[in-house]
Amino acid sequence: MSSAFPLMGNSGVAAASSTEKTSTHTPAMSTSGANTLRMKVTKLNFYYGKNHALHNVSMDVATNKVTAMIGPSGCGKSTLLRTLNRMHETLRHTRLEGEIALDGVNILTLDVTKLRRMVGMVFQKPNPFPKSIYENVAYGLKINGYEGRLDDAVEKSLRRAALWDEVKDKLHKSAYALSGGQQQRLCIARALAVDPEVLLLDEPCSALDPVNTAKIEELLFELKPSCTLVIVTHNMQQAARVSDSTAFMLNGDLIEFSPTAHMFTTPSDPRTEAYITGRFG
Amino acid sequence: MERHFERSLEELKERLLWMGSLAERSLHQAIHAVLDADEKLALVVLKEENAINELQIEIDDRVVQLLALQQLMAADLRFVLAIARINNDLERIGDQAVNIAHSATRIVRHPRVKPYVDLPRMGELAEKMMRDSLDSLVRRDIELARSVLSRDDQVDQLRDQIFRELLTYMMGDSSVVFPAFELILVAKNLERIADHATNIAEDVIYMVAGSDVRHPAVDRNTA
Amino acid sequence: MSLRLIWRKSLNVFMLSLTGFCALFTVSALFFILGYLVWNGGKDLSWNFFTHLPAPVGEEGGGMANAIVGSLKLLLLAALFGVPIGLLGGVYLAEFGGKTVPFLVRYTADLMNGVPSIVMGIFAYALVVMPMHHFSTFAGGVALAIMVIPTVLRNTESFLRDVPRSLREGSFALGANKWRMIATVVLPAASRGILTGVLLALARVAGETAPLLFTAFGNRYWSPGWNQPTASLPVVIYTYATGPYEDWHRQAWAAGLVLLGLVLITNILVRTFLTSGTAYERT
Repeated sequence: MSSAFPLMGNSGVAAASSTEKTSTHTPAMSTSGANTLRMKVTKLNFYYGKNHALHNVSMDVATNKVTAMIGPSGCGKSTLLRTLNRMHETLRHTRLEGEIALDGVNILTLDVTKLRRMVGMVFQKPNPFPKSIYENVAYGLKINGYEGRLDDAVEKSLRRAALWDEVKDKLHKSAYALSGGQQQRLCIARALAVDPEVLLLDEPCSALDPVNTAKIEELLFELKPSCTLVIVTHNMQQAARVSDSTAFMLNGDLIEFSPTAHMFTTPSDPRTEAYITGRFG
Repeated sequence: MERHFERSLEELKERLLWMGSLAERSLHQAIHAVLDADEKLALVVLKEENAINELQIEIDDRVVQLLALQQLMAADLRFVLAIARINNDLERIGDQAVNIAHSATRIVRHPRVKPYVDLPRMGELAEKMMRDSLDSLVRRDIELARSVLSRDDQVDQLRDQIFRELLTYMMGDSSVVFPAFELILVAKNLERIADHATNIAEDVIYMVAGSDVRHPAVDRNTA
Repeated sequence: MSLRLIWRKSLNVFMLSLTGFCALFTVSALFFILGYLVWNGGKDLSWNFFTHLPAPVGEEGGGMANAIVGSLKLLLLAALFGVPIGLLGGVYLAEFGGKTVPFLVRYTADLMNGVPSIVMGIFAYALVVMPMHHFSTFAGGVALAIMVIPTVLRNTESFLRDVPRSLREGSFALGANKWRMIATVVLPAASRGILTGVLLALARVAGETAPLLFTAFGNRYWSPGWNQPTASLPVVIYTYATGPYEDWHRQAWAAGLVLLGLVLITNILVRTFLTSGTAYERT
C-alpha cells in the first residue's frame, strides 16, 4: 500500500484513521466505525497578544457530520475555527493553550503542512488563485507531491463540488471568469482535491446570493458522508438548516453545544434562547 | 433544484397518511362493531388507540422541528401548518371511534332496538367523508375537498332523524332506553367525526389554495 | 456684478489658464525634444549606422554598431546582477517581517535611489576598476546593476504587498510552507507589476552616462568578452556632441534619437501590455 502522497511520509494520524489512498484517489470514507469523534477540542485558551480571545473552550467534532458555530460578531467562532488547522500561526503574537486532537493525535505535534492537508479550509470570500480552473484544483495536489493522474483527480474534485458540468469545457480558462458562486465551489473543489478528513468553512456563503447559498448548502449534504464538516456562520438559520450539532459562542466562551434540533427548539441556556429568538442585545 | 428538506416534508405526509389509515380502519371497525353487535371487533378498536396517539405526538415533534430548522415559506409553510391541524382532527376521530367502540360493548348486552337503517347510512357517509378528505390531501384536490364540505349537512340531518326516531322508541318502551341511548351517542360521535372530516377538507383547501374557508360568516374584509 | 465677484471670476479664469498652460508646456517639452531629434538625427539613421564601426577620426561615414552592442552588453550585466538581488530583496521585505531590519533596508534603498549616478560610477571604479587595473564592460555592468537594485527592490516589494492576504491564506490552507506559497502564488500574482518595474528600471539605466565614464570608459572598436572597455550609446553621444567634427555632431543626434526611441518604445510597450490590470482580482 503506497500512499499517493509520497512526500507526506507516514503521519501517524493518516495511518490510524483513513483508508489507503489508492492511485485512483477515492475519497476517504470513514472506516473507523468506533471513532465517532473526528476532532476534539479540550480546554482551549487562545490569546491575541494580551487579548484573551477564547476561554477554556471544549468541543467535539463528530465524524461525517456537520458541526456549526454561531454567535454574534466577535464571539470567537472564526478564531476557534482557525485553530483547528493552525491557521492562527500565520499571524504574529498569537498563543494557544490546551489541546486539539485529530483522531486522537494532538495537532500541535504534527507537521503543520501535513495537518493542513488533512484539515482543509474554505474562506469567507472566494479566493481562487490567479491561475486556470484546472491549475487551481491541481495546486494542492502538486505541492503535496501527488503521484496519480492529475486529470482524474481534478475531475473527481470538481464533481464532488458539483462544478464539473459547468466548467468541464473551460478548464484552462482563468478562474476569475467564473461567477462568485462558482468561484466558491471552485475553492471547495480545490480544498477537496487533497482529500481532507475535515473541511473547515468560514462563513462560506456570506458573500453569495440566496440561490448560490442554497447550492452550497445542498453540496454540504452531499459531502457529509465522505467528509467531516465544520462551518462558522453568522446566519443562524443556515446553521439550523444544515448542521447536526451547533455550538453557540459569546465573548470567547462556548455557551452551549448540542444537537441542532434541540438547540433551536429547546435551548438549555437563556443566552442561547435570547440569541436565537433575536432578542439579543 | 431539489432541497434536502423535501424528504422531511414527504416523510411527514407519509406519517400523517399512515395515521389517517389507522383512524379510518378504527372508524370502520367501530361502526361494524355496533351494526353487527361484534364485541371482539370493538376490543380491536380499543387496542389500536395507543398507536394513533403515539403518531399524533410523533407528527407534532416533526412539525416543530421542521418549523424551527427550516425557514419554510409559502406552500411549504401552509403544508406544514395544515398537517399540524389535520393531525389533531385525526386524533379526535380516533377518540370518537373509541367512544363508538365503547358504546358497541354496551349495546351487545341488549337485544337490537330496531332494524338499523339510518345508522349504517350515516356510518357510510362519515367514512366516505373521511376517506375523501384524506384523498383530497393526497391528490391536492380542492373540488373533492369542497364536496366533503357540502355533505356535512346531510350527516347533521341524519343525526337529527336518528335522535327523533330513537326518542320515540324510548318514550314508547322504557326497556330499550339503555341501548337506544348508546345508539344516540353513536350517532353523535359519527356526526362529530363528519365535522372533523370537514375540518380536514378545509385545511386541505388552505394548504392548496391559500384561502381560509372556515367560518364563512366571519367578515374577512375588516381592514 | 460686484467688484469682488469680478475679481474672483477673473482669478479663476487666470489660474485655470495658467495651470493648463503649464501642463501643456510640460507635455510639449517631450514632443519638442522628440521632434528636434527626429529632425536632426533622422537623416543619419541608415543601415551603416547600425552595422558599421566608427570611421577613423576625421573621416566621414561609419556607424555606431559597437556602441549599440556595448550598451546591450552593459544592460545584460545590469539585469543579471541587479535584478535577482533587487527581486529577492523585495521578496524579503514584503514577506518576512520584523521591525528594524526591513525598515533599515527600505530606508537605505530609498536613499540609494537618490545618490547621484556619477557617485555610483566612482564607487564602481574603486570596487572593480582599481583592483583590475583597467576599465571593462564588467565594471560598467556593476555600476549599472547597483543603480538598478534599489528601484527593483522597492518596486518588487510594492507589488508583492499588493497581493491580497486571502491568496496567501488559501495557499497556506492547502499545506504549502512559506517559500512554496511565495513562489507558487504570490510571485506569479505580482509578476506583471514586477516585470514592469524591472523593464522600466533597465530602460532608465540604459541612458546613464556618468557612471560609465570611468568604468566602461569607451572604445572605438569592438569590445570582445567582458574584460575590455566598451563603447556605449550615452558615452558616445557625449563624446561626439562635444567633439569638433560636424559629422560627429550629426551622428550624436542620431544616437540620441536611437536611445530615446528605445526608452520610449520600452515604456510604451510595458505600459500598454503589462500594466493593464493585475493578474489577480483587486479586493
